[in-house]
Amino acid sequence: MTVQELPGAAAYRPTPPPAWKPLTDPAPLLPDPEPYRVLGTDAVADTDPELLLRLYAELVRGRRYNAQATALTKQGRLAVYPSSTGQEACEIAAALVLEERDWLFPSYRDTLAAVARGLDPVEALTLLRGDRHTGYDPREHRIAPLCTPLATQLPHAVGLAHAARLKGDDVVALAMVGDGGTSEGDFHEALNFAAVWRAPVVFLVQNNGFAISVPLAKQTAAPSLAHKAVGYGMPGRLVDGNDAAAVHQVLSEAVSRARRGEGPTLVEAVTYRMDAHTNADDATRYRGDSEVEAWRAHDPVRILERELTGRRLLDDEGIEEARMAAERMAAGLRERMNADPVLDPMDLFAHVYAEQTTQLREQAARLRVELDAEHDQPDGLSTDDGGARR
Amino acid sequence: MTTAAATAGERTAKAKPATMAQALGRALRDSMAEDPSVHVLGEDVGTLGGVFRITDGLAKEFGDARCTDTPLAEAGILGAAVGMAMYGLRPVVEMQFDAFAYPAFEQLISHVAKMRNRTGGAMPLPITVRVPYGGGIGGVEHHSDSSEAYYMATPGLHVVTPATVEDAYGLLRASIASDDPVVFLEPKRLYWSKADWSPQAPSAVEPIGRAVVRRPGRSATLITYGPSLPVCMEAAEAAVEEGWDLEVVDLRSLVPFDDETVAASVRRTGRAVVVHESTGFGGPGGEIAARITERCFHHLEAPVLRVAGFDIPYPPPMQERHHLPGVDRVLDAVARLQWEADS
Ligand SMILES: Cc1ncc(C[n+]2csc(CCOP(=O)(O)OP(=O)(O)O)c2C)c(N)n1
Repeated sequence: MTVQELPGAAAYRPTPPPAWKPLTDPAPLLPDPEPYRVLGTDAVADTDPELLLRLYAELVRGRRYNAQATALTKQGRLAVYPSSTGQEACEIAAALVLEERDWLFPSYRDTLAAVARGLDPVEALTLLRGDRHTGYDPREHRIAPLCTPLATQLPHAVGLAHAARLKGDDVVALAMVGDGGTSEGDFHEALNFAAVWRAPVVFLVQNNGFAISVPLAKQTAAPSLAHKAVGYGMPGRLVDGNDAAAVHQVLSEAVSRARRGEGPTLVEAVTYRMDAHTNADDATRYRGDSEVEAWRAHDPVRILERELTGRRLLDDEGIEEARMAAERMAAGLRERMNADPVLDPMDLFAHVYAEQTTQLREQAARLRVELDAEHDQPDGLSTDDGGARR
Repeated sequence: MTTAAATAGERTAKAKPATMAQALGRALRDSMAEDPSVHVLGEDVGTLGGVFRITDGLAKEFGDARCTDTPLAEAGILGAAVGMAMYGLRPVVEMQFDAFAYPAFEQLISHVAKMRNRTGGAMPLPITVRVPYGGGIGGVEHHSDSSEAYYMATPGLHVVTPATVEDAYGLLRASIASDDPVVFLEPKRLYWSKADWSPQAPSAVEPIGRAVVRRPGRSATLITYGPSLPVCMEAAEAAVEEGWDLEVVDLRSLVPFDDETVAASVRRTGRAVVVHESTGFGGPGGEIAARITERCFHHLEAPVLRVAGFDIPYPPPMQERHHLPGVDRVLDAVARLQWEADS
């Protein structure tokens, strides 16, 4: 049954997922031995120059966003920021391959993917600033909340994609996870469900070499993370995660496959985390500078820039234009993040249940009294020191 | 497993400011040095020394077979620890943060807690599960949970939580030496709290299950543990001005529960407030208040009160100060202890 034949959302009739057909030959599921590349290969000739330029502009903006957000942690404007510098190609491609009706399931590192999908940069940072857990309506943007517990968003992506399919909606879910997250039970259960249900899901593993301090070699004994797909009965694809054109192409194919009703794909993008795990981490404890330097030569922004200038699609003026656009974004972000968020402590009780329990109403009333008393304090006696003083 | 307790004189002679984090690290080190069956495992515990640096240096000193960076999988870590313990090792597992222990609950509840019982006593599991817990450090979502009530509700687990540098050492030593599984809750906002304590000279191993009176007083008892102890001590000092002489009891162990120390204190003072930052509804305070009422009903001058975190998911860091019980809330409860039957 093709997706088009499924009933529309208006005439909702649950449709059973397509029957599982046992695979006798695992060969088509196996990933290539080497990560797939487009930049610097013949394949680049088949890539739309407009797309390449769009990817470039987004990468430059993304790089600037990471730098700006990291700077905001130093100024105390953000509680913490897990930078994706070095991984921008994965972040941007993940956002750009999706149609508006599709869903993104990001991990806590994927702020950039959410922003590239169109989320307000400030709303995307509320979790990390510390004012709200999720500063946006996931349904409005079709972006699940940035997920802190690792791999737990993956089964959600499977369920959502499955539900959309049951409703006859032509929707794909793209779920992002790190290399470390692939060790969690939730990862395995999600892949298995997705394959058995043939759910329209794409799993994107950003293999950036480390889970905090733990290198990939201590995370898996598999030939690659993409190989894990085969055991569940879905194709595994290995792609150069610093090659934006390649990631875009591989993810596009996986999304199309899912949309055609052919089931999930596991994509492993091989990349590198240039910064520490977060601004609070000390990366010198577990890796040497030479390793980081070696990856600098394969920087996703630089290799795309080189390709574009080599092919005369981009000149100094174009580079400057992209840089200026990124600067404007950063200035806007800086300015808006420098304003203190206005928070209402009573919000603590606002969204625990649809309707507040009697106990919560009592507690809210008690806090109200405390806040009023705090407000009435003469100057110098304000309790803005953590609320613990008398 | 026993440790020679150094004399108090020896300890103070060498004592200098040490943090709770250092004391915990030292307890792990001493346990590993003394007993080759003690193994440490978890995420980032090796090269990095843990995200809180509690296991710093262990992999270097004992090798990565004894202090092991595992794959990132809490159910796997604890499940593997079960098997290791079945084969005679004493695993000490580190869960990176409170909320990231939840994937391991199946192993904890179904196996770690029940193996002794299921096997008619034939197969006890000497596993220590270290869990940094609680808020007050400005952590984002899922980094500040107080999960003690879940653990307390599971028969077969000891639940221990130190509030001082000395207890951090003594109780962790005792937990690792225990033949039963121990959930060892580390109040992460006290990791950097300091006390005069010598990391060089071993201090006494504190047996699990004994509460201690941290401050004697006559007019009411504050019963607390872990992260809320400093809050209660400060409240007790502040209350002096208002004519209250508060006794502060630090439970140290939630399971087993030291009914004797608590009841003796409440019988002396006639009034009690239980203080903790986990939720009040279904939280530890309800159990504690009930036990006090059962044992001390005729001595009580007022109902046992609770000061707890609100019954909400742990809030974002910018709002956590409104949630965490501070000195004011404790003093407010103390004032309410002047209870009159018709009020
Ligand atoms: C279930 C769970 N366990 C532990 C953690 C703590 N933690 C946060 S990030 C991280 C490493 C993640 O590594 P990886 O999946 O490779 O993603 P990356 O950080 O490299 O993007 C760990 C262990 C967590 N967030 N969730």
